[in-house]
Amino acid sequence: MTPENQPPMLQLLAPDGTYGVPKGYEAYGKIIEELDQDFLKLLYTDMARIRRFDIEATALQRQGQLGLWVPAIGQEGAQIGSGHAVGKNDHIFPSYREHGVALTHGVELISILKMMRGVNHGGWDPEETRFHHYAIVLATQVLHAVGYAMGVKLDGKVGTGDREKDLAVISYFGDGATAEGDVSEGLLFAAVNESPIVFFIQNNQWAISSHIDSQTKAPLYTRGEGFGVPGMRIDGNDVLACYAATRLHMDNARSGEGPFLLEALTYRIGAHTTSDDPSKYREDAEVDEWKAKDPIKRFEIFLRRQGIGDDFFEEVKVAGDDLAKKIRAETFALEDPPLGNIFNHVYTEQHPEIDKQRAWLEAYEARMGDHE
Amino acid sequence: MTSSEPGSKPTKRAWVTMSSYKDMAISKALNAGLQQAMLKNEKVLMFGEDVAELGGVFRVTEGLYKEFGQSRIFNTPIAESGIVGTAIGLAMRGYRPVVEIQFDGFVFPAFNQITSQLAKLTYRSEGAMQMPVVIRIPYGGGIGAVEHHSESPEAYFAHTPGLRVVTPSNPNDAYWMMQQAIESSDPVIMLEPKRRYWQKGPVNLDTAPMPLHNARVMLEGTQVTLLAYGPMVTAALQAAEIGAEEGVSIEVIDLRSLSPIDYPTIMASVKKTSRAVIVHEAPTNVSLSSEIAARISNEAFYNLEAPVIRVGGFDTPYPPAKLEEAFLPDADRILEAIDRSLAY
Repeated sequence: MTPENQPPMLQLLAPDGTYGVPKGYEAYGKIIEELDQDFLKLLYTDMARIRRFDIEATALQRQGQLGLWVPAIGQEGAQIGSGHAVGKNDHIFPSYREHGVALTHGVELISILKMMRGVNHGGWDPEETRFHHYAIVLATQVLHAVGYAMGVKLDGKVGTGDREKDLAVISYFGDGATAEGDVSEGLLFAAVNESPIVFFIQNNQWAISSHIDSQTKAPLYTRGEGFGVPGMRIDGNDVLACYAATRLHMDNARSGEGPFLLEALTYRIGAHTTSDDPSKYREDAEVDEWKAKDPIKRFEIFLRRQGIGDDFFEEVKVAGDDLAKKIRAETFALEDPPLGNIFNHVYTEQHPEIDKQRAWLEAYEARMGDHE
Repeated sequence: MTSSEPGSKPTKRAWVTMSSYKDMAISKALNAGLQQAMLKNEKVLMFGEDVAELGGVFRVTEGLYKEFGQSRIFNTPIAESGIVGTAIGLAMRGYRPVVEIQFDGFVFPAFNQITSQLAKLTYRSEGAMQMPVVIRIPYGGGIGAVEHHSESPEAYFAHTPGLRVVTPSNPNDAYWMMQQAIESSDPVIMLEPKRRYWQKGPVNLDTAPMPLHNARVMLEGTQVTLLAYGPMVTAALQAAEIGAEEGVSIEVIDLRSLSPIDYPTIMASVKKTSRAVIVHEAPTNVSLSSEIAARISNEAFYNLEAPVIRVGGFDTPYPPAKLEEAFLPDADRILEAIDRSLAY
């Protein structure tokens, strides 16, 4: 399945929907074989839901309702698979395209759109959801994740064997972000501190218009080796491989085995953002080739072979359309934030200059309001 | 982090219980302040380059490793963005990290994490997150050092919303401001006047002198207000002494806090004296003195008898050490500016 010049890659589900466990990867297969059918259906439902959401968000941006949209179509397998494998105490540090991971951790999807509309800069509670805020400056979140994992270890919540207590951290970033120094520093700090963290690279092969070939000369799954962080490549369009690998390596991290790096090889079917025009830098043929490896399509074939029939798929489709309608209505109902939000939470404690400027703007608005 | 923890039981040093003044150098006072903060709150962590066994290149963390052990104070790889970025993550986990940047000129690899992350996370999270991180930076010139070891980067940080910036000028403030900075729920840049590290003075071990962000009138005077901070406070006091001998009454104010700036204390003084001179080591172009001069012209315009005069480093990179004496303001340069002010 893998071309001879390509590095080894864990794949459990081939693009044609055939399930098989390659030799040496039995531990990953075992994780999948223990899953019940309801959970498999959940993986499918969430992939379909987040794709439908993505299409709706793009439409909302085109209609002027959002300032920007960052599509993740094509990456649902990597995001839903890994997201569902993250444990109930674990913490997630995303980049800005992890809408699918957000969905698996109870983040209200409208709060992502709020941010893209310009209502706020964050908008969900990172403590409650354990899904931290989107990081727009590439790779900054990787160091936050490592620091958090260092803290988890200082708290003694690694390797106790108590599943209720232990936790690990997962940090998402893309192929483009791997060029940032913060990724290298994060790998190093995690290695020397033996931190409980999994670095999850979604290699979607395009950093805006720059192809992966101009971002690295060595496969990304080897990026951690020089720092002492082992890694492996997984098929990012195979939701089962992504689930199994994340589950196994988060379990390892939680039990004190130190950091690990996963490179999920996937593809950004859409544009980098709604401001981008990918037809300027890549061929349609390449996109078509990857559409044939679609994560949702191959999983549907797999589920149908498990005996899941039309009713289920029809139900998911209807639920997706309902979600889109709901999101559309919620977006239209979003109110602009109050002017006071310019000044709120710049500091947690009193700040005389901010207070003065807040008072000035209030007075100015009141005064100018009279002339309208 | 290894599991071996020398001296895992914190013990108070004998003098800490003394209810009186003690003479100590600024570096020692900072060290004692750090020790107090670590004793008071076990969430206080200290890390950076060479801060553990060695006690930092200026020995400001000396003895803390022995007393508190590897889980509270540890060396990091030489990567400043990594130091500040992981401090942010540790703060998210509920710790209160105090990190050392070895020299002023080495802070820039961490600039992105400081300005785009540390300063903005409370705002981004609409208050859901607090960032009680202290970044200690030895700053300023006058020690005959090679390039990148003598800079005054305060304006970058004072310009950044979300940060608090403070700088002590004497041992008592060093001891207390360090503890107050660590108690702050906001990120604080603690600029340590490195050429004054060995300057001694009394420290009151019982009572904090004033809140962290207040300026202090060091010396009362009637004819001109002289504003200084950090290493230049010593030069300002020298100038005032010489001025007094020559019959000029100079009011010296130590700003202590560069963000926020205590404007009420400044304006009260300027309205009294009608003249202001501001001194710092940093280049004057778009500096703390630019901002203070603008504010004085706004808030005390009708009280002024002379334009606000600024004394600073030149708008050049920090020069080679053999030229720094001519680059840095001193008492004579300050008095020359005061003469110009009084001539109006």
